[in-house]
Amino acid sequence: MTTDNNSLTPEKVPPIYPVKTKMQVTIIFFVVLGIYLLSMFWTQRQMAGGFSGAIGNMFTVIEKFFPPNTAVISAIWGPMVETIQMAIIATTIAAILTVPLAILAAENITTFRPLYILTRTFLNILRTIPDLVLAVIFVGLFGIGLFPGILALVIFSLGILAKLISETIESVDMNPLEAMRASGGNVFQVIWYALIPQVLPQFTSLVLYVFEINIRASVVLGLVGAGGIGLILNQQLGFYNYPNAMMIIILIFIVVIVIEYISTKIREALL
Amino acid sequence: MIEFKNVGLVYPNGTEGLKNINVTINDGEFVVIVGLSGAGKSTFIRSINRLVTPTSGSLLVDNQDILKYRSSNLRKLRTKTGMVFQSYNLVKRSNVLKNVLAGRLGHTGTLRSIFNAYKKEDIGLAYESLKRVNIEEKIYNRADELSGGQQQRVSIARVLTQQPKYILADEPVASLDPPTSHQVMTYLKKINKEDNITTIVNLHFIDMAMEYADRIIGMRAGEVVFDGPVSEVTESTFEEIYGRSIREDDLRGGADES
Repeated sequence: MTTDNNSLTPEKVPPIYPVKTKMQVTIIFFVVLGIYLLSMFWTQRQMAGGFSGAIGNMFTVIEKFFPPNTAVISAIWGPMVETIQMAIIATTIAAILTVPLAILAAENITTFRPLYILTRTFLNILRTIPDLVLAVIFVGLFGIGLFPGILALVIFSLGILAKLISETIESVDMNPLEAMRASGGNVFQVIWYALIPQVLPQFTSLVLYVFEINIRASVVLGLVGAGGIGLILNQQLGFYNYPNAMMIIILIFIVVIVIEYISTKIREALL
Repeated sequence: MIEFKNVGLVYPNGTEGLKNINVTINDGEFVVIVGLSGAGKSTFIRSINRLVTPTSGSLLVDNQDILKYRSSNLRKLRTKTGMVFQSYNLVKRSNVLKNVLAGRLGHTGTLRSIFNAYKKEDIGLAYESLKRVNIEEKIYNRADELSGGQQQRVSIARVLTQQPKYILADEPVASLDPPTSHQVMTYLKKINKEDNITTIVNLHFIDMAMEYADRIIGMRAGEVVFDGPVSEVTESTFEEIYGRSIREDDLRGGADES
């Protein structure tokens, strides 16, 4: 008898979501909210000075860093180029190595399950190691320089690339592959003729994306001794030569923006 | 010659795709297999080039039991049986010529095909095949720029380039409009007659089956329920095959337009 103002629904209408689902979602929402509040509370307690202290420190820091010393540009240009080269070499090697790995980690191509699971697990382990840890290990093994940095970047980007590309491979149209198989193509021919053309644009785009990541990562890796501009930045900070350090930071900033802009444009044209 | 001897196929999920099939298809025949969807037409046709593998009986192609074949034999078998699909199955981002050349994969070594180093004769053959289905002017277009009918013609050119002994066509006209359907069927029939290639086509349109087939095989629930020359087929035969009366949508129509 609740239908006084709504004569179109004479009986009880079903809810859009089942009551059980509604309850579950509500509980999950409050649990997540609780976790947020708790972690906010704890991090606040850890922060010694709070926000007010940070603003005061900021002026002191800015004062030390400015003006940047433009005279060092010619001296830091070399290491900057080294950093870019590091990223280029690492991305190229990773892009080549990723092809077999991505194919072996794609469920629709590697129908032999143990091999698929093995590759997947290997890639998962690869991805759990942070690039900084890799760099520290390799610098310890091979000494300070570009080589350990390149090695760390290769392994780091291989983890990301192979994962993303294997997922691209899993989403391709399988019909052309069936047609190639039906016309007598062997495994390699089927992959080369029906699979590669389908994933090539995404592959190129992802490689460029990982290249962008590698440029930034190679700067950070330099801080732990893996060569390039990061190494110089770390030295200058160590000598308390803040104007020089500022100039390096500005140069990195410009280079990263330019490379990202170019790479984004290329990727837009591809897809 | 293709001989099915007591062939049965049970899918891993327990569905019976084929039940005790006994059929002999002679060289040069144009056979149309009719039946409702799920009747086992696709399974039948895909058994011949081992895209699916029957689980019992024996299947002889040129007097050899293909059910025992492993990789290299399988490749030879597939090289001599070309296939046309309902969804054309072209590589959409590749150009027409490259798609057609894929028909030579079974005849070409891995390295040669990976470096696109096809023999001159092969490229000539691909172009000839495109000419035969009147689509040679689209040679450098990307496959996805073509209409459905054009794509199916390219896929027929691919099969021709393969120079097969058998052509299997799995619902080749199901995604096309009536005039284009007739065009595609006409090409298949022409190739069958001119090159003497045994052709097996799955169809569910009664009128098209009657128009193009030499022989009709009717399937229902994985079994062959009719097998005979087209002259013996009447409307009641189809009602028997389909297990119900004939409806408007069992006909493609449009025979007069093309």
